[in-house]
Amino acid sequence: MTALRATGQAPMFDVAVVGAGPAGLAAAGEAAASGARVVVIDSSEQPGGQFWRHRSEAAGVVDGGELHHGWRDYLELRRAFDAGIAAGTILYLPSTSVWMAQRDTANFTLRLVPAHGGGRSDTPTVHASALVLATGGYDRQLPVPGWQLPGVMAAGGIQAFGKQNGMLPGKRFVIAGTGPFLLSVAAGIAHQGGTVAAVLESSNLMGWLPRAHRAAGVPAKALEGVEYTAAMLKHRIAYRPRTVITEILGQDRVTGVRTARVRSDGTVVAGSEREIGGIDTVGLGWGFTPQMELPVQLGAGTRQDVDGSLVAIVDEDQRSTVSGLFIAGELTGVGGAALAVLEGRVAGRAAAFEATGPGAGAAVAPRATSAESRAIARQRSFANAMHLAHPVPAGWQQLLRDDTIVCRCEEVPAGALRESRESMAGEDLRTQKGQNRAGMGWCQGRVCGFAVSCMSGGADPLSNEVETSLAQSAKRPVAQPLPLGALADLD
Amino acid sequence: MSANLNRVHATFEGEAIEAETGASVAAALISSDRVAWRTTRDGAQRGLFCGIGVCFDCLVEIDGESGQRACMIPLQEGMRVCDNGTRASRTAVDADTEEAAQ
Repeated sequence: MTALRATGQAPMFDVAVVGAGPAGLAAAGEAAASGARVVVIDSSEQPGGQFWRHRSEAAGVVDGGELHHGWRDYLELRRAFDAGIAAGTILYLPSTSVWMAQRDTANFTLRLVPAHGGGRSDTPTVHASALVLATGGYDRQLPVPGWQLPGVMAAGGIQAFGKQNGMLPGKRFVIAGTGPFLLSVAAGIAHQGGTVAAVLESSNLMGWLPRAHRAAGVPAKALEGVEYTAAMLKHRIAYRPRTVITEILGQDRVTGVRTARVRSDGTVVAGSEREIGGIDTVGLGWGFTPQMELPVQLGAGTRQDVDGSLVAIVDEDQRSTVSGLFIAGELTGVGGAALAVLEGRVAGRAAAFEATGPGAGAAVAPRATSAESRAIARQRSFANAMHLAHPVPAGWQQLLRDDTIVCRCEEVPAGALRESRESMAGEDLRTQKGQNRAGMGWCQGRVCGFAVSCMSGGADPLSNEVETSLAQSAKRPVAQPLPLGALADLD
Repeated sequence: MSANLNRVHATFEGEAIEAETGASVAAALISSDRVAWRTTRDGAQRGLFCGIGVCFDCLVEIDGESGQRACMIPLQEGMRVCDNGTRASRTAVDADTEEAAQ
């Protein structure tokens, strides 16, 4: 590629973008349009991220977007992205993971490995003047008795499976947790011919009443809600607020669930217990967890968002507390694809200017336009309303038995965590990890990090103790499991 | 979906599996009525969980390379997929383990 200039062996770019979902695609397109030479690194085979995960382009399967929202926005972003690749202003590295990010005085250095299959990346290292992190998020999980049984999945995992493979991972589903995303998952299952026995929402939904006007500011979200409601009615899917799964049933795999209504303090309403049988798949999700290891590795300032997630601090131009580092999408606070695209555009433009300076593009630093700032504020306001209306249910820890697995990788039960907290002062995740290996397995606490933080730091997910634990959890010296050969390649 | 899409054929533990071209290894395993294909250290069965490459529950060995995520990798013609095994034959650097050992 002629646009590269070499620094030793590793190519140098104006802007590196990590992630090719809504925020990353927007950032890359905007940075390239601003005159920057851009590299985009993404762990998937093809662009789109989780939100726009779709059928295999390599296999020639055309995705009509039936299972997607904002598919036209995706196609538009994709056209600009593909044009940048064709013009040589964007180098796209799919199926590639960043396992380490560093910043020295002038540049960022990203160390890369293939996302699958071991071996070495053709481009093991890239340098860039400015960096945009847009690594998105994944379903936030709380342990439930029996959730380690095969057939239990993350709600978003069911959706991703359907979008990618054009088939469902089961036939008869129960979807449980909190948030409007559960409705999207249920609607998608019904569209693909699956049966949803029930959607169980832990919140009482009353949280929406004082904040309904915030949805009015984001008409697309209100419309989406109407579509889901219509799908639920059409397919006769039961929607049960204030209801949780108390136990997932089955021997070698899921066969059913026990459910109960809960009060706002999380206690079970006597007599409300039910059993739903004949289930082969359960989808769970309590909001989303931003993928924070790269911002944390680079020392970006963090805060705890209203949903309890650890997120990166950014200013109006998506600038983090680290010079030259811009952050967009779920990493700045879970808010969905439309907000991610808006933030990505601003970040891409600002990063391009940071890298190329006056002359190449704009003469003065481009700021978010007032229209963009207003749109971002409306989306953020909606997201905050959603988080407040769909909190992690109070008292979820009471439903855990001592033998309930909390850390799936290391198979650490709730009893071991309680024991560590009570008798060995395991009041944060790091201490717990040392005592019982919770959060120490393959996923490095990505799945159990929030739960272990809450269980060791106290019941209130917004406490300082929990925030400290979340920061510890996101601190992963190696951002992805990697072959030892990758270390041998370091200069 | 049209019925004449190309299909790819592979094996899991020597038994034939198949999927539409472009579908994941996990999709092929689920299509063959498998819900679990990994055994944990404690002897429990695991299959798909997060579905997007985060949780590492769905690990398989592919063509001799262990620790591969079945949810992320498209099935290829002739792939030899195996149970990842109970031994954590991990090629990964577990930085925290080293840290804890110190």
